[in-house]
Amino acid sequence: MTALHDMTLSGLKAGLDTGDFTAVELVSALLGRIEGLDPQLNAFITVLGESALADAARADELRARGEAGPLCGLPIVHKDIFCMRDVRTTCGSRMLENFVSPYDATIVERLTGAGAVVLGKTNMDEFAMGSSNETSFFGPVKNPWDTARSPGGSSGGSAAAVAARLAPAATATDTGGSIRQPAALTGTVGIKPTYGRVSRYGMIAFASSLDQAGVITRSAEDAARLLGAMSGFDERDSTSIDHPVPDYVGELDASLDGLRIGIVRQHFDAGLDAGCAQAVRDALAVLEQRGAVLTEVDLPNLDYCVPTYYVVAPAECSSNLSRFDGVRFGYRAENPEDLLDLYCRSRGEGFGAEVKRRIMTGTYVLSAGYYDAYYLQAQKVRQLISEDFRRAFADVDLIAGPTTPTPAFKLGDKTDDPITMYLNDIYTIGANLAGLPALSAPCGMVDELPVGLHLVGPHWSEGRLLAATHQYQQDTAWHEAAPEAFR
Amino acid sequence: MSGRWEVVIGLEIHTQLATKSKIFSGAATAYGAAPNTQACLVDLGYPGTLPVLNREVVRMAAMFGLAVNATVAPRSVFARKNYFYPDLPKGYQISQYELPIVAGGELYIAGDDGERKRIGITRAHLEEDAGKSIHEGFDRQSGIDLNRAGTPLLEIVSEPDLRSAREAVAYMRKIHSIVRYLGISDGNMQEGSFRCDANVSVRPRGQEKLGTRAELKNLNSFRFVERAINFEIERQIDVLEDGGEVVQETRLYDADRDETRSMRSKEEANDYRYFPDPDLLPVEIDAAWVDELRATLPELPDAKRERFVAQYDVKPDDAEILTASRALADYYEAAVAASSGAPQAVGNWVIGELTGALNRDGLDIAESKVSAEQLAGLVDRIADNTISGKIAKEVFDAMWAGEGSADEVIAARGLKQITDTSAIEAIVDKVIAANPGQVAEYRAGKDKLIGFFVGQVMKETQGKANPGVVNKMLKAKLAG
Amino acid sequence: MSLDNEQVQHIALLARLRLADDEFGETVEKLSRIVDFVDQLAAAPTDGVVPMAHPLNAVQRLRPDAVTEPDDRDHLQQNAADVSDGLYLVPKVIE
Repeated sequence: MTALHDMTLSGLKAGLDTGDFTAVELVSALLGRIEGLDPQLNAFITVLGESALADAARADELRARGEAGPLCGLPIVHKDIFCMRDVRTTCGSRMLENFVSPYDATIVERLTGAGAVVLGKTNMDEFAMGSSNETSFFGPVKNPWDTARSPGGSSGGSAAAVAARLAPAATATDTGGSIRQPAALTGTVGIKPTYGRVSRYGMIAFASSLDQAGVITRSAEDAARLLGAMSGFDERDSTSIDHPVPDYVGELDASLDGLRIGIVRQHFDAGLDAGCAQAVRDALAVLEQRGAVLTEVDLPNLDYCVPTYYVVAPAECSSNLSRFDGVRFGYRAENPEDLLDLYCRSRGEGFGAEVKRRIMTGTYVLSAGYYDAYYLQAQKVRQLISEDFRRAFADVDLIAGPTTPTPAFKLGDKTDDPITMYLNDIYTIGANLAGLPALSAPCGMVDELPVGLHLVGPHWSEGRLLAATHQYQQDTAWHEAAPEAFR
Repeated sequence: MSGRWEVVIGLEIHTQLATKSKIFSGAATAYGAAPNTQACLVDLGYPGTLPVLNREVVRMAAMFGLAVNATVAPRSVFARKNYFYPDLPKGYQISQYELPIVAGGELYIAGDDGERKRIGITRAHLEEDAGKSIHEGFDRQSGIDLNRAGTPLLEIVSEPDLRSAREAVAYMRKIHSIVRYLGISDGNMQEGSFRCDANVSVRPRGQEKLGTRAELKNLNSFRFVERAINFEIERQIDVLEDGGEVVQETRLYDADRDETRSMRSKEEANDYRYFPDPDLLPVEIDAAWVDELRATLPELPDAKRERFVAQYDVKPDDAEILTASRALADYYEAAVAASSGAPQAVGNWVIGELTGALNRDGLDIAESKVSAEQLAGLVDRIADNTISGKIAKEVFDAMWAGEGSADEVIAARGLKQITDTSAIEAIVDKVIAANPGQVAEYRAGKDKLIGFFVGQVMKETQGKANPGVVNKMLKAKLAG
Repeated sequence: MSLDNEQVQHIALLARLRLADDEFGETVEKLSRIVDFVDQLAAAPTDGVVPMAHPLNAVQRLRPDAVTEPDDRDHLQQNAADVSDGLYLVPKVIE
């Protein structure tokens, strides 16, 4: 029998339903693993041992009474960007080191309402700014496949926890690739839905027009299950869209015959590692076996994606982070001389270097004399990029390619030059700019490090992305591979 | 003021919209609550919170736009105004910048030359109010109350068409009247729901280019607005006539000293880095809704005033007073409807005794102790000679004190006027007989003594004799 | 286009960020590189293009005017470092 920690959510649900084990047994086992193994990874900022066991006990009770919700007793972890009532919510920052949220994020409410048990809050790049989980105030996260390497970011903790089988599933957020890139580097499935699909209420804001909540799991089926429970209109989020939530699990076996897959020629250029390129091509061949048809598509403004992102995201974050001033919550500098000192030192000491850099970049591009050339221009380029995708999707059903240019890089490798780090997001950023759903799924190995396949679809096509991935996972076993030290 | 200089004034009026909840959150807006008891997560700018727009705020702004003949924008956008201040929890104020909800408008005032003058309204936009700082009671610290943070404001910006403090006050009063007529604001300046900033500059008469302006802030009464602007005009003229230059700055009005003072500048020149708020989407208002709203516009102050003059034949000045508030105008019309007498008479009583009593007791018309129907009853009893105008004042006071309707008071106090001529005759005869000396003087030519005789008769009758009858009878009998 | 020290000081002040002396030089350098990088946007063909307001062109939803949030002051002020009589305290603000 498969070890508990190796089972997917679907497997665990079946086991709980048939009484093979209890939620308390399951949660205890995972908490034990976390205690024993997380020191090697630093994937967790807060472990909720006591409350998780209490919630598991309650779940067992509900199940016994026949009142089990769709996720009853299933353990998950939340990226520490989601506010959880009466729980420390740090966003990976000294600024919120001791912040106890007075309320639950909508997705936390919904998942708990469906019966999920929260094991803890995972580590992340500070305020979601980073692609390597090295900017966290709580120390970097290690990649379970090679602890000298980064798991990616900003959702590094969530990805590492799932890859190391410390939890079967995790919530995460994606602004420029922060779900998909770590999923690719850790051999997990990570999905970012259509902008407006999942509520942002209670999700600490980085770049409001780009941020979306999603999940990291080990299978498309698990992602479908969780995404379904999280999705849907929320009246507390004005950018949330009232679009019906389909039965993602039910749609997983929809036929792929005739599925038109677009390949972006520019993706497969010199910047892409040869091993990654091959793994992606192999994956596409598998999909062709299922009836998919490959076509070349052109995204002419692709090269503008990263600079556009690095204007829009910092601009929005520079404003979103102004509320952190030490007055009502958060880090407050001691013995301020005056008001200016209170602000400058609370923020200067509370924020890390990358966050400060992005705030300043954002302040600069919004400032008098520069707004037109930078922010306004970037929002126009965003429109161009969206148009490129719209035109492409007239001819194809989804676009496929690599998620990252290389497999996991060594910790400390890219911290000198911000631009090198930014270019890590080159394949993923377009989907955020256009608000499109996208996912990464494991599709191979290079030097014993996972490689991710990236799929992007038109608005509201999450179901199709998950179906393609699910059927690919029936024909392959990459998603079942586990890092040696964590089997 | 020197004829050499022309004054140019523009007003920015912030009026709090009278909604139950805040513009972007469901916290209450009621005035006077204990500190921070009406500041929810969203108002406090807690991480992860988001704004959701209050429908009533949009309706109220649109109504204002319709009332001043402006365009209600079919699409408007909220923008963030970024700056740091303790009463601004998010470190930015959600406001409107390039695409406000109302654009272009106008209203009319009586200009300095007595003629009807058009004042343009550039725009009106929605924004959220900030909290309050309290400086007293803390050693080297200030206390921040965020109850007010998130209260909806409509900022109304006039064209620089005003040419004197007098015109500025007239415009301000007009706006004040309109927002109260529409029921979108209580216009309470003491509580801060109606605030005015004035941009004032002077230029040589005939010059087209505007002079450098100073911004006068937070003038919270009509009187202060007038005084502050007048002081500032004098100050600027003095500076210019001395060969100096007016500095572009913000100045506060000091009511105690009746002068404007430069505000300590907020360090940096303000770079607000406006950009469209990504947490909010463009607001779309379709033509159908605007038409629906237009149909609900009440009769506005100017139209009502003109109708009162035409329909009730009251003097324009009186009509102005009667239409100062919608509530007073409604009271007046209800009284006229309930009365069988002349509307002017009703008007006189409303403007005179009623307003006097309200002011004396510090009451609003809604709290009047004499209802419109009751006032009508009183006026009718004067018209039908049941009581004299003088007695009526006594009756009014009794009604105000709660003794009942006019008829009830008259009956209870036995104030019915004596009109029975034989009864009056008896008393007139008695008074003439009792005052032979004055009779002789009167007959000798001292006509003014008629007053004395009338007084004596009124005294005898406790004021209840019909003065007209008394006068006539006395004259006849004294003529000998 | 590189940024000079003065510009970075100005930006840091606008953003209310104190930079330590040893951070400052590195910050100027890295910010300059970032600005250089995003300068390439100037070449994008944006004539006549409308800036994006929302990826799905949605419009603002309006909520009914109702009081839905009761007083929760004590709970909410648990996270504040300096509170007195229900007021948040800051160094004296001079107007």
